[in-house]
Amino acid sequence: MRYLAKKLITLIMTLFLVSAAAFLAFQVIPGDVVTSILGTEATPEMEEKLREELGLNKPPVVRYFDWVGDVLRGDLGVSYRYSKNMNEMLPVAELIGGKLPVTLWLAALSLVLIVAVSVPLGVFWAKSGSRVMDAVLGVATQTAMAVPSFFLGILVTYLLGIVLGLFAPGGYVSYKEDFGGFLRYLFFPALSVAIPKIAMTARFLRNSMLTEMNADYVRTAYSKGCTKRRVMYGHVLRNALMPVVTFLGMIMAEIVAGSIVVEQVFGLPGIGRLLISSINNRDFPVVEILILYITFVVIFVYFFVDILYRMIDPRISEK
Amino acid sequence: MLLASRRKVNKYFIAGLIMTGLAVFCGILGFFWTPYGTSAMSDDRFCAPSPGHLFGTDNFGRDIFSRVMQGMGTTILVSVLVVIFSAAAGIILGALTGYFGGVLDEIVMRVTDAVNGFPSILLALVAVSVLGQGRINLILSLGVVFSPSYIRIVRSEYLRLRDADYIKRARLMGVGKMRILFVHILPNILPVFGVSVMIGLNNAILAESGMSYLGIGVQPPDASLGNMLSDAQGFLQMAPWYALAPGLSIVWLVLGFSLLSEGIRRFGE
Repeated sequence: MRYLAKKLITLIMTLFLVSAAAFLAFQVIPGDVVTSILGTEATPEMEEKLREELGLNKPPVVRYFDWVGDVLRGDLGVSYRYSKNMNEMLPVAELIGGKLPVTLWLAALSLVLIVAVSVPLGVFWAKSGSRVMDAVLGVATQTAMAVPSFFLGILVTYLLGIVLGLFAPGGYVSYKEDFGGFLRYLFFPALSVAIPKIAMTARFLRNSMLTEMNADYVRTAYSKGCTKRRVMYGHVLRNALMPVVTFLGMIMAEIVAGSIVVEQVFGLPGIGRLLISSINNRDFPVVEILILYITFVVIFVYFFVDILYRMIDPRISEK
Repeated sequence: MLLASRRKVNKYFIAGLIMTGLAVFCGILGFFWTPYGTSAMSDDRFCAPSPGHLFGTDNFGRDIFSRVMQGMGTTILVSVLVVIFSAAAGIILGALTGYFGGVLDEIVMRVTDAVNGFPSILLALVAVSVLGQGRINLILSLGVVFSPSYIRIVRSEYLRLRDADYIKRARLMGVGKMRILFVHILPNILPVFGVSVMIGLNNAILAESGMSYLGIGVQPPDASLGNMLSDAQGFLQMAPWYALAPGLSIVWLVLGFSLLSEGIRRFGE
């Protein structure tokens, strides 16, 4: 329990640090937002009015706490760039809301693919013991790890989309219209995110299993008369999977990052593309919220994995 | 090669050396000479690879091989500078925090805790959006983002060696603090540090090409492997070689460096 409390405090501190850094960093950037919204022909009175409206006339520290307060109350601010109509600014929450599910589904689907392929592959690899298989899988995984996800996305588009015609590149279907079609299209981007991680995880699991196979309890299990099958799945795999859970938690951040880049390749309207265009458009309220949101997801995943790990391995919590 | 002759040469090292050697050679050569001008346009658009144009030509009739050479050079240069920047920061901050501990250690560790495990490309995106785009800012941003992992590695090594007998003796003999830090301890952490530098180089290559692909890294007309890929994507059906050339070059580079680092790691065992 004490451990949990300590973790929770670190979590809150990290969030505070990141939010302060994200907010204040964008205050020192040269360039006036007001001029960029109204254009150079605005009168000083108009500029003053907008400044007041956006709260830009207060000192940065006050604005930071105002901002945090607003965010905690669920008011995420307004976009500098997009507007609903001439007189109304578009709230960031509305802008992000529709795009969030795309990225989350992409990351989730990638994770499912990683687990579904790498675990059987790692087990098979550890069990095979043949030198040829070892060499083939070794080279294949090493190569797969060297391919950046955006290039993999292009390869998938070309080979599976254009040459084999398995899907129509750019033919994204919104999840609101046809959820099945949405997932079918998402499968290919998810594959691009997943392949390098599958290689990494399979290698990791294999090494972990090979280490466990030399442990004393394996010999004991054999001498008790357990079959090879039982030793492998009942004893070795169970123990070997534990570090893999931590490993998966650690690469979760990279899966999210990979999803953001891959969205660009497949033209998915997720938060990754919004982030890139907001950075290019200097739409800082959107950038700040997106950073905060991604940070929150990532550290929450770490927190969750940490707790999960303690639940499946009682040895740790006894320390 | 001195290292190689003393211990058993392994195939990882050789393969990695050949691959990176070739890439670095092409990249450096690309700064001074390329078969065609890197922005010279011609009417031969979308030529398939041929002896005249090894990797074919792009939508402006530019020679892709020449541009890959230049892009390779840019990518290697940026990545090496990023690694030098972050490794230097890592050695200085890691040495000070690991050896002395104290308040500075606490602060630096909390900050690296927060930064670590955060997607590096995302942090770099934020840094670039604060600093502005361009090659120098890209190097600075990635340098800052990659520093924490080096700080941690160096710090833990200094923590381990701080109370080693030979360091205690050096202290008793009245050797200055700076001399202990950088003359007595530093050489002993280089084997461990070397491997992490190679891995860092790989991550830097991936991050640089990723950012340039997203249009936030190296800006056109400078060729970079990443921005070539994003240009090529629109012509995938018409000219697949346009995308394959820079893409496979990135894979070649990353694979070469990871084989090399694996080879170096095995020397140590």
